Amino acid sequence: MEDLSRFKQTYFEESAELLAIAEAGLLRLAPGEVDMDEVNAIFRAVHSIKGGGGAFGFTDLVAFAHEFETVMDGVRNSDIPVTTPLVDTLIRANDLLAQLLAYAREEGEVPAGLTDDTVAALRRIQQNRGAAPAPAPAAAPAASAAPAALPDEEDAEAGIFGDALAAINAARAEQEPPADPAALPEDTAEPGRLRWTIVFRPRGDLLMSGNEPAFMLRALKRLGEAEITCHLDRLPSLQNLEAEQLYLSWTVTLLTDPAVGRDRIEDVFEFVADECDIAITVETPPAPAAMPAGPDAAAPVAVTDPVPAPATAAASSAAATSAATSAGVPAAKPAEPGAGKSGGARPGGNGGADHAGITNHTIRVDLDKIDRLVNMVGEMVITQAMIAEHVRELPQGQFQELLEGLEQLAQHTRELRESVMSIRAQPVSSVFSRMPRLVRECAAATAKEVQLVTSGETTEVDKTVVENLVDPLTHMIRNSIDHGLEPPDERERIGKPRAGTVHLSAQHRSGRIVIEVTDDGRGINRPKVLSKAIEKGLVQPGASLTDEEIDNLIFLPGFSTADQVSNLSGRGVGMDVVRRNITSLGGRIGVYSTPGEGSRFVLSLPLTLAVLDGMVISVGEERFVLPLTNIVESLRPKPADLHGLVGKCEVMMARGDYVRLVHLHALFGIPGAERDATRGLVVLVETEDGSRLGLVVDEVLGQQQVVIKSLEANFRRLDGVAAATILGDGRVALILDVAGLREMSRHTDPQDDAPRDRSAGAVLAPPPAALPAPRQRETV
Amino acid sequence: MEPSVKKKVLTVDDSRTMRDMVAFTLKNAGYEVVEASDGQQALSVVAANKVDLVITDLNMPVMDGLTLIRRLRATPAHRTTPILMLTTEADESKKMEGRSAGATGWIVKPFNPDKLISVVQKVCG
Repeated sequence: MEDLSRFKQTYFEESAELLAIAEAGLLRLAPGEVDMDEVNAIFRAVHSIKGGGGAFGFTDLVAFAHEFETVMDGVRNSDIPVTTPLVDTLIRANDLLAQLLAYAREEGEVPAGLTDDTVAALRRIQQNRGAAPAPAPAAAPAASAAPAALPDEEDAEAGIFGDALAAINAARAEQEPPADPAALPEDTAEPGRLRWTIVFRPRGDLLMSGNEPAFMLRALKRLGEAEITCHLDRLPSLQNLEAEQLYLSWTVTLLTDPAVGRDRIEDVFEFVADECDIAITVETPPAPAAMPAGPDAAAPVAVTDPVPAPATAAASSAAATSAATSAGVPAAKPAEPGAGKSGGARPGGNGGADHAGITNHTIRVDLDKIDRLVNMVGEMVITQAMIAEHVRELPQGQFQELLEGLEQLAQHTRELRESVMSIRAQPVSSVFSRMPRLVRECAAATAKEVQLVTSGETTEVDKTVVENLVDPLTHMIRNSIDHGLEPPDERERIGKPRAGTVHLSAQHRSGRIVIEVTDDGRGINRPKVLSKAIEKGLVQPGASLTDEEIDNLIFLPGFSTADQVSNLSGRGVGMDVVRRNITSLGGRIGVYSTPGEGSRFVLSLPLTLAVLDGMVISVGEERFVLPLTNIVESLRPKPADLHGLVGKCEVMMARGDYVRLVHLHALFGIPGAERDATRGLVVLVETEDGSRLGLVVDEVLGQQQVVIKSLEANFRRLDGVAAATILGDGRVALILDVAGLREMSRHTDPQDDAPRDRSAGAVLAPPPAALPAPRQRETV
Repeated sequence: MEPSVKKKVLTVDDSRTMRDMVAFTLKNAGYEVVEASDGQQALSVVAANKVDLVITDLNMPVMDGLTLIRRLRATPAHRTTPILMLTTEADESKKMEGRSAGATGWIVKPFNPDKLISVVQKVCG
């Protein structure tokens, strides 16, 4: 049974892939531009899901897939024209197929009537199909006009693989051929047994279809006790004998259990019924053996196990058959089958299938294995850092080779880490490909015309990040269509094309992935947003906010500008949830809007959730890690470069720009740190939006790969801190979140997570963490 | 009695589930199995392996089953190699097409493992 579940597992995995292929194909399917390769791919997907489903006895699924497949068959034969309603029905059918697969997987009861409407729609399409099926091109398999038959009752019970496996073994135990296959004395026929007489006269070209009479005769022998007589009456003289022709015929007398019916015998000749004369007669009581019906019957020749001969090509084996027959011995192919002999089942065989000639470019690996690998690499990075730490304390000038070796180890560790990370990387196309359908649905629900443009689908990012993009993107696109785009008539009035455009793009930028959702709609209605925010108590009346601040109000919890609750929005999921999802991945979201021209939502996310390149810095006795991607440079300012501003803020002149300084010791309350920036160091950092900050630190200790350990999972979220790590000496160091530090330094008192309505204008959401929490259980 | 030489069967199907099940059934019955996921691949497998039997699906990408059967029959080495087609279409027209392309016989999906083995024995022992 373990094996059965393994097949089921494969089946469900494969079906999920096939469903995705079918859906993508259906979404591209449109009247007037039918790509037959795509149609065939959709057909094959449904066909394979049906085929596998039959093997496991998923009757509901098979019945439904059958209707779906029949319509697809009509489409691929051009009997059924591609129309928008047809595509809609097919997309619905694909959804239902996915649902039925889910029920099959969970072994749940399919709700009655679930598929009724769609089946009715599919049948209507089948009834209206083109009267004259187009002739299929010669090269392509002509599909049958009649739908594929469902497995009939007889097959259905055998269709369940598990039962059948037991049957294999049981049957194999019974398939012991008689020890002596020579002619049977008649008196061995017991009462109650059936005596069959089978006269088998094949046509001369029977061998050309790959059929081999010797195997059929052997199959007959498995049904009971057989006496086989070979007739040589048609055998020509040697010079007229053609090697590939068959000149023999046989009479078989077969004693069987009453349980063996005529169908079992006819089955043996199933493939050659059209290429031979065959007569099957039966008599119940044992009687004197009927004389062979063949003319001038020759001496009976018993089929015996052939002498093993060197394997030869099939063609010469055919020749051997006829040549051997002239010697009066029906030849057989050299090797004996393993089945039908004792000692049959060897579970799994020897696994020695020779795959030469198959080039397989991908393998499937369980995610757990990769995660283990990622974790191990993480530990290795820490160990490597620890060794490096100790080596630094060794006397200078000695241990040159050790140092070089370590240098190499560091290099290899880095490459290993990158390789492992790239295994988990996936193109965002798997998420982007779901969006056309969403747009289609939203457009229909809001009666708007929408065109979706995507770019950068091949941009790769960690699997976890990809998976977590689905919800935020779904909501952002809904939001763009629902709130951003104007109805077609209104667009026309203001001189825009009737169809609005939503552009979804992905790109790598400074070690992160940036995803943008842009629409060419009306933009954010700032007066409305502001009055709404005041009404909801999110902003003090009379507060003066910049445009950017107003735009960002839409991310506050409980904020919704929809006048009525539409089908799309107002589900209790607002942009605040989107922001929270993104933040939990270590990402950030921002919005840029121009009234009348549209809005642009920008997401930026880390590429991976496990390791980062960081710079270790010291402040007093504490160590911190700054993500390398944020660091511009570090410098020691001269007193002339520093300027105090009103309040506590201090700025520094760096490369012709003023940069605000942030004293980490002050922010984190660390005693014994360097307070004077001219005696410490200033690390110049940059956030994704390009704003710069100078962090005042004691020392920069060096660059290091660090393994990210979630602070939230092990402790709790802290402002200005993205995560934690373990340094080479075993100490825990906090990984700083630059954007978070900027927010903290703006408000001298650290804020909590609640939306702030205390101070006018302070409407910024809590600083997002710059780095994600790795989704692994870890103990620090 | 163990066979001295295992018969080698090539199973051709674009469905991994199907290939797995056919392979499993055949291996349990003492056959050696090689696999291919479309007709084109199958041709390169038979070029590199001597196979005693080919079991092929009909609907496949790149090269479908009927084309594969014709191509094999056009190769001298495979003029009489047994070829079984796996088909869910129990209707005669598919079978006839397969026959005229040169198939030895057919197996109707979903297959019963017993039946599969008995059909395989019937055509290649």
